[in-house]
Amino acid sequence: MAKQSKLFDSDRPKSQDISWCPGCGNFGIRNELMDVLEEMQYSPKEVAVISGIGQAGKMPHYLEANGFHTLHGRSLPIATAAKAVNPRLEVIAIGGDGDMFAEGGNHLLHAVKRNPNITVIVHNNQVYGLTKGQGSPTSLPGMKTTTQPWGVYDEPMNSIALVVSQGCSFVARTFMGYKEETKEIIKNAIKHVGFSYVEIFQPCVTFNKVNTFMWYKNNTYFMKDHNVMDKDQAMIKAFEKDPYPLGIFYINKEKPCFDNHLPPYKDSAEPLYKREPDFNKISKKIELKRG
Amino acid sequence: MSTLNIVLGGAAGQGINTTEELLTKALKQSGFNIFATKEYMSRVRGGINTTTISISSSPVRSYREKIDILVPFTKGVVDWTGGRLSEDTLILGEKYLEQEIPDGLTHVIVEIEKLAKELGNKLFANTILSGLLFGIVKADKKALKKVVEKKFSSKGEEVAAKNVQAAEKGYELSETICKEYDFSFEIERDSSVCEDIVINGSEAVALGSLNGGCNFVSFYPMSPSTNVAVELANMAEEMGIIVEQFEDEIAASNASIGAWFGGGRGLVTTSGGGFSLMCESLSLAGMSESPVVIHLAQRPGPATGLPTRTAQGDLNLALYAGHGDFPRVMYAPSNIEEAYALSTKAFDTADKFQVPVILLTDEYLVDMYYNVGTLEVNDTVDKHIVEMNSDYKRYKLSKTGISPRGIPGYGEGIIIANGNEHDEYGDTTEETGLTTAMQEKRMKKLEGLKDEALEPFFYGNENYSVLMVSWGSTRDTVKSLVDKYEDKGLAMLHFSQVYPVYDASDYLKKADQIIAVEQNLTGQFADLIHRELDIKISKRILKYDGRQISEEFLEKELSEKGVL
Repeated sequence: MAKQSKLFDSDRPKSQDISWCPGCGNFGIRNELMDVLEEMQYSPKEVAVISGIGQAGKMPHYLEANGFHTLHGRSLPIATAAKAVNPRLEVIAIGGDGDMFAEGGNHLLHAVKRNPNITVIVHNNQVYGLTKGQGSPTSLPGMKTTTQPWGVYDEPMNSIALVVSQGCSFVARTFMGYKEETKEIIKNAIKHVGFSYVEIFQPCVTFNKVNTFMWYKNNTYFMKDHNVMDKDQAMIKAFEKDPYPLGIFYINKEKPCFDNHLPPYKDSAEPLYKREPDFNKISKKIELKRG
Repeated sequence: MSTLNIVLGGAAGQGINTTEELLTKALKQSGFNIFATKEYMSRVRGGINTTTISISSSPVRSYREKIDILVPFTKGVVDWTGGRLSEDTLILGEKYLEQEIPDGLTHVIVEIEKLAKELGNKLFANTILSGLLFGIVKADKKALKKVVEKKFSSKGEEVAAKNVQAAEKGYELSETICKEYDFSFEIERDSSVCEDIVINGSEAVALGSLNGGCNFVSFYPMSPSTNVAVELANMAEEMGIIVEQFEDEIAASNASIGAWFGGGRGLVTTSGGGFSLMCESLSLAGMSESPVVIHLAQRPGPATGLPTRTAQGDLNLALYAGHGDFPRVMYAPSNIEEAYALSTKAFDTADKFQVPVILLTDEYLVDMYYNVGTLEVNDTVDKHIVEMNSDYKRYKLSKTGISPRGIPGYGEGIIIANGNEHDEYGDTTEETGLTTAMQEKRMKKLEGLKDEALEPFFYGNENYSVLMVSWGSTRDTVKSLVDKYEDKGLAMLHFSQVYPVYDASDYLKKADQIIAVEQNLTGQFADLIHRELDIKISKRILKYDGRQISEEFLEKELSEKGVL
């Protein structure tokens, strides 16, 4: 792929050799994310993209920004901590449906509860792509996969209902095929102070023959006149399907933000790497043990 | 008499800890050296817990089982401590305990409960007892008054005054008893001790970490490691550090990696079961070359094992945790001073070499306390990080295996860290050449780490025939035996860094007999010495009942092996 002039388009030797399949929804999400960051006038050094494992997890390698490609399901605790020690950094955690809901399910639940000021983008293609076509927590019943040849029989996980029920600070869902709307949602998520949850539907052209690009177009719609501050309404919307609502479901401004309660930032927003320990205070602590 | 061993025994919740705290603080203020270690059950109420307080004219660092004075707070204590009693033991207890005392032992009936009720509240019993024990060693009455006042001042003047009265009652009682039963324990005092600090192992790890620049603490509660987190959590506001209890150990250890990535200096505190869950992230630290400091306070396993007891059984876990090959460092502090110093050092080593550093303590070490002169505080922390230029390469190949580590936002460049095999920039690769080079680069650090390995502590007869090899918290107990039997050709070699192991072949080869002393079933460190230095240690003194190796145990084992 030719080098583009975009600020967040990397020119590292291997970063243009993208291993996603032609037509993969990840391309759209990548471009939308890069556009948003550029439009919001971030520079690459101000951003950190922390990913787990899977095709979506490869994102840090195809961007010009700080990145950490971590382990399956583990991006959220890592992103939470990176933001906590470096509050000026814009931290975006990225993973797929397997990454965030299966291996990382407990971390997602607790990230919602802890409410750090980070944005999580979940690429939901309703199948395991990198490991070649197994059912995922969001695969629809009836879908035949390599490991569910009889067809998936159980109810897919409803992540929107899950996070809204826990009072998540910002909850949205979109489909990568709606470029401008998706950009707007990502922008709002990044701007929001607190844990912003963005689920993005995307087709897996190789392993999911059910939920195709056209399927998402035909089975989703953007909510109109939805009160994002109303949790009950958000909950009702979260359970809607056929078609699936898109847009911002819920914004919770009451939830205390983890980062706002961290002791180092009472007087200064300086990242921790620029600071020295207060040795006098350590001496005093030791002195107290004489008495 | 130079050292007196007092044991308080009772059910959890009976206030043994209050007595212990009052007593040891006041004794130290009176000029006695103190040392305390406890053993307790994994339950909130009931059962039997004991604490051993050694009072001495000289510093005490080793554990002796022998009991000079036993104070049972409840039925069953006398039986529980049975093996530690002798005809010299004095038992101070209520009348109702009389039928439990075996023939030949001295039981002095003290009616503390009655006295407490007379003073208005049975809660005064602990203070009366402190006064009693205090009086028995003829400590400074004023010091006790001061400590009692301070302890209870937050509960109001009246409570404080009543407690002072209770302490004085106890002191008076001691005078009557000493006269009536004609006993006295004269221990020489040393006024310089009054200025010492009294600190336990957990506090030493916590303060040592702060001294190493620790500013991010993540953990999931697990005995006996939790107190380190408790200490740091209570200091978080004052020190301006982040202390967060995570949803599990997996999150805690990954958070620490994230903290180091972002420019913080993270500490994780856990025990064996929690560390098991961290194996995956240890591997990530290895591949992504993230510094990590993990405090692993050992207790007996496998699984939940004996949750509140002590062991040295996690050496192999820490040594082999994580898949694939990558270097790591394992320190095993032998006492409180080292717990402090090595906690500090762990941060520097982790940062400098960008490797996981595991601090192996154990329940005995984190829970013990004694008086020490002071602990040195740094005036600076060497941060081994660089400002990134626009062509920054996180994993630049180098002769030492160390690549300069950047922090997001520091400099013009960006940093890509990766848990997949990667090129110099950090982007994923599967090329054979790079795959090989990167593995070798990471392992290359082991050479530098070996060069910096801590020398073991040699002590004893220069012309030794028997060399005891030990590690971790057993050092000072082993040392007490060397002191006692140096003339029998006894010496010791003690390791406070267990990996990479310092090449101590010369010491080991000189011995006629080498005996490994460890608190696990198989002799894990002896096996490691065999692997690393190609020296086989077949004689082993091993203890694995969850109780710390004592002087008596070691003496018995050595004599059974024909050494003494």
